[in-house]
Amino acid sequence: KRRRLTMADILLGVTGKDYVLLAADRSAARSIIVFKNDEDKILELDSHKLMATSGPQGDRTNFGEYIQRNLQLYNLANSVPLSTHGAANFARRELAEALRRSPWQVNSLIAGFDKKGPSLYYMDYMASMHKVDKAAHGYGAYFTLSVMDRYCVKDMSLEEGLSVLKKCIHELQTRFLLKCNSFILKVVDKDGTRIIDMDGNTVEPPKPKTFNKSDDSDSKADE
Amino acid sequence: MPRYDRAITVFSPDGHLFQVEYAMEAVKKGASAVAVRGTDAVVLAVEKKQASKLQDSRTVKKICKVDDHVCLASAGLMADARVLVNKARLEAQSHRLNYEDPVSVEYIARYIAHTQQVYTQSGGRRPFGVRTLIGGFDQDGTPRLFQTDPAGTYSAWKANATGRNAKTVVEYLEKHYSEIKEMTETEAVKLAIRALLEVVESGSKHIEVCVMTKAGSRFMGDEELEKLSKEIEKIKEAEKEQGKKDLQ
Repeated sequence: KRRRLTMADILLGVTGKDYVLLAADRSAARSIIVFKNDEDKILELDSHKLMATSGPQGDRTNFGEYIQRNLQLYNLANSVPLSTHGAANFARRELAEALRRSPWQVNSLIAGFDKKGPSLYYMDYMASMHKVDKAAHGYGAYFTLSVMDRYCVKDMSLEEGLSVLKKCIHELQTRFLLKCNSFILKVVDKDGTRIIDMDGNTVEPPKPKTFNKSDDSDSKADE
Repeated sequence: MPRYDRAITVFSPDGHLFQVEYAMEAVKKGASAVAVRGTDAVVLAVEKKQASKLQDSRTVKKICKVDDHVCLASAGLMADARVLVNKARLEAQSHRLNYEDPVSVEYIARYIAHTQQVYTQSGGRRPFGVRTLIGGFDQDGTPRLFQTDPAGTYSAWKANATGRNAKTVVEYLEKHYSEIKEMTETEAVKLAIRALLEVVESGSKHIEVCVMTKAGSRFMGDEELEKLSKEIEKIKEAEKEQGKKDLQ
């Protein structure tokens, strides 16, 4: 059975005066099963770039990591980081060349901050790409694009951008059939990328699950 | 003898691979490079040979970053070094993609050495005329220093030098390395520069220094280098005076 790109992953993005804000839902699910509720779908491509991806998990992670590693190679080999425009075009070309062979079923949003300021690129699995101020992928788009159109203004501050995103998420939680309790929010600005919560406070990156006895807090409880 | 240095795949009757040995001669003609491994730092220092006054020496990079935690200095044919560094950089990222872990210094040294060896065994290709000094930190925080040569051998070192007048520099390192009780970052930098200044003119125009710590790598700025060079000159003056006194 061929893996199919469903539209259930929610990816949102808004550009403000000097930042780009990305939000992604945290559930990893296929068909009627939810695998986990703490999936991080927003990759840090480098210090000032984020890429939110949606699609079957294999393609999603493989494509994302492939782009991430190639960007790191570029940075090291050229001592200068690639611009957001360059990175987005690189990713798009990879999608385009694979399209007629073995397509990546990955929709993505690439956000970055470089010399030209903040920028957001909407890319879909057929390798179409647009530079936009606000974007959304999947079913979530049907609910949130109208909210963004209504409330987004030019040169928004981070607080204003967050309030728009809050309204989008509220709309999804009210009207979208699939439960979307938690979202991961990441912002990229001149200082780089960071994870934030709904109020704009920086949050520690989620600790990866380890299996060492000394690290696992559960085992400490047993002692 | 001359009949056995044509194709590198041929051994000479007395067991030499002449092309490899000639490659080592090319290394001996290159600008000097020194490396010192301390307890919490690895220092790479190279001689900056300025080809002409018109050349912008900042664009001539002899110390290259292979990954965030590994740097490479080389002596010999710089074009060959560039090819090796590009291969190493690709392998470093490939490793990260496949294993989700950065390479260990030993892994990348082994990879470069393996690449150099392949070019001594396949027909039609000449060996790389480069000897590399690879310094960096493993994930557990241990500093490492390796050296590879045109034959494809690699080994770990506490301190080493290559290129022109390497013998003098290595002798200096052998004499003074064990004198230093604790090889901190500052001590390692000083030793590396002291050793290099045995065969190179002093001043930031003539040397380039890369200091690696657990946090990453940084190239020493001109001001810092000038200051250190002056300090070390004084130490060397004192050494010379001491040497004269010892003779008397």
